[in-house]
Amino acid sequence: MARTWNSDMTAVLPLMPGLEEAALAPMGRFSRGHRASVWLLLVLTAGGIAAFIYQFSTGIGVTGMNDRVFWGIYTVDLVTFIGFSYGGALVSAILRLTNASWRGPISRLAEGTALATLAVGALFPLASDGHPERVWRLITALQINSPILWDMVAIITYLIATLVFFALPVVADMGRLQSADSIVGWRRRWFRAGAFGWSGTAEQHRVLHRSLTTIAIIIIPLAVMVHTVLSYAFSLTSRPGWHSTIFGPYFVMAAIYSGVALVVVVIVVFRRVHHLERWIPERAIINLGYLMAALGVLYGYLLFTEVTTEGYVGAEATEKLLYALLLDRWSVLFWAFVFGGLVVPLLIVAFRRTRTVAGMTVAASLVVVAFFIKRFLMFIPPLTEPLIGEEVGGYAPSWVEIVVTVGAVAAIPLLLIGMFKVVPVLAVVEIEEISSAREESA
Amino acid sequence: MSVQERGLRRRTTPLPLLPSEPRVVSRREFLGQLGAAGAFVAVGGGLLPRVLAAQDLDDIASGSLQLAADHQWVMIFDLRRCDGCRDCIKGCQEQHHLSPDDEWIKVYELKDVQGKFNMPVLCMQCEAAPCVRVCPSRATYHRRDGVVVVDQNVCIGCRMCMAACPYDVRVFNWQEQSVPEQYHHETPEFQVPQKRGTVSKCTLCVHLLEQRLFPACLQSCTMEAIFVGDLVEDVMSNGRETYILSQYLRENDAFRFRSELGTRPRVYYVAGHGQDLEF
Repeated sequence: MARTWNSDMTAVLPLMPGLEEAALAPMGRFSRGHRASVWLLLVLTAGGIAAFIYQFSTGIGVTGMNDRVFWGIYTVDLVTFIGFSYGGALVSAILRLTNASWRGPISRLAEGTALATLAVGALFPLASDGHPERVWRLITALQINSPILWDMVAIITYLIATLVFFALPVVADMGRLQSADSIVGWRRRWFRAGAFGWSGTAEQHRVLHRSLTTIAIIIIPLAVMVHTVLSYAFSLTSRPGWHSTIFGPYFVMAAIYSGVALVVVVIVVFRRVHHLERWIPERAIINLGYLMAALGVLYGYLLFTEVTTEGYVGAEATEKLLYALLLDRWSVLFWAFVFGGLVVPLLIVAFRRTRTVAGMTVAASLVVVAFFIKRFLMFIPPLTEPLIGEEVGGYAPSWVEIVVTVGAVAAIPLLLIGMFKVVPVLAVVEIEEISSAREESA
Repeated sequence: MSVQERGLRRRTTPLPLLPSEPRVVSRREFLGQLGAAGAFVAVGGGLLPRVLAAQDLDDIASGSLQLAADHQWVMIFDLRRCDGCRDCIKGCQEQHHLSPDDEWIKVYELKDVQGKFNMPVLCMQCEAAPCVRVCPSRATYHRRDGVVVVDQNVCIGCRMCMAACPYDVRVFNWQEQSVPEQYHHETPEFQVPQKRGTVSKCTLCVHLLEQRLFPACLQSCTMEAIFVGDLVEDVMSNGRETYILSQYLRENDAFRFRSELGTRPRVYYVAGHGQDLEF
């Protein structure tokens, strides 16, 4: 790389050897196998979009929802995806505020995951509504009593905060890498534009640092609010199983726990595919595994509390619901969640022999899948239980709902792949700052 | 004969003198004479102190009653008479041109210590309606007479109101409905056909009440177990019998379904098991 000069005429030090190549690795040409998987993801995502358009034109009757189970997989997807987004934002924000030295190489991937999952999750209210083309009425009606309006305001605010949190360090990285040898053609113009004149002066570093710290402080309570408000769409009704004071914290904990798990999966995949092992050490992944385990224990505690307080007293409706969940109709899914989403991942982290990158990947993948199940169990069984009388309701997602959901799942890696075609996958400036700070203290 | 035609049919039996006694009155006359009957009851029975002292009508006592409109509609179900024949459901579906799956009034078979009884459940027209509170587009709202209606041209179909309703009485229109053109009608009070992707519910047939006709379910109830009443005039009738509302509710130990949820429902029930079949 050619030696460049800052505006304050200090020489820009060359990048740490290999860092540029690593940070830009996903921008390179993909192997045949990787291209095939990108095509597969594209087809699945396009299928999901097509299925949604079909639903929009034919009517929401093509879903499996009915008057009893009037919210289905789309609601599960909405809460699960937005939950995932919390993990990324939180990992990055908390690790920044606690100044964890191992955050450098994983913060970009974590924030990118937050952005991608939030962008996809925020679309699900549209899929679930009978008249998505009328949502603008939320703004004109401005019914401030409605939890739906709170949801919209919270999600949009959170989306903006996540975007800023993601974009600010990217500006610095683009400035740092704009003269890199591999940045040519449109990418060079894109990096120049995206750098916004970043030249790495001390003042610029100071401004960036302060802004990021501020947003990191804002984004934590903001994310707590988003997930609490999301839970209000359920807990502010009088339905057994939903109407519960624990629902807010329950949503927040589920979001962080599953979110950290997804971050682990994303990091492991990118690390493996783009050979980032040197920059993302095993220790960072194991540390995330510890964080995930701690959150898992907390989540298990909330689950235990919920079941105990509801079940011991045994009000008729809640007792029926708990029986259906724990022992009857939904018991397979419930215990699959308990073991797959809590017990097994915790054991994997607990034992030294399984406390490896492979082990963490298995544990995190289990948690990610388990939280689709958990969200399903939170929303669907309380709706199938009758409010009056004995007749139990039923719900099975239709092919349209399944195709839309699969499309949304495929859109997450697709968005991430696309994202790191235009943005460095490693937070270069942050890595340098941490490493120079470490050298100074040493 | 359609419900609407039946509603128009006149009954010509002379009015008895005492308002608390069962009497036969035409539907049209009944509603037309509400004002006169109200005044009669007010003078004869001392309506005002009675209404204000009515402990079981806590919404009247607490002053939350909206006296702004001429009428404040309520419904009363005498479960001693209900035999669970479901004629009310058919009458409702016929009136509103609903598909057979959509029931704005449902009849549950429930059990208590005395055995099984039939429980018709429709929109309770709650004064503190959870559905109105959560609706993000103001599609569902209270009319001045207390009836909760849905404007299907505004509803975004989020179904938050269905989640909030403790009585499970809201119906979502999952499919397009086809109704012959001549029956089409487009107001929140009387929407035909129901619009795909929006929520429907019982409107207390307020479009009929305004024409001085009884709601469709009441008209089709052969057991005469369904009454409509007016809190303002303090009267109630099923088209054959007329009572002083507050007195009837008190003397028959009327209750409101799940009023412990704070919804202040405007539907009253008189407990029973279909035993009182003489009338």
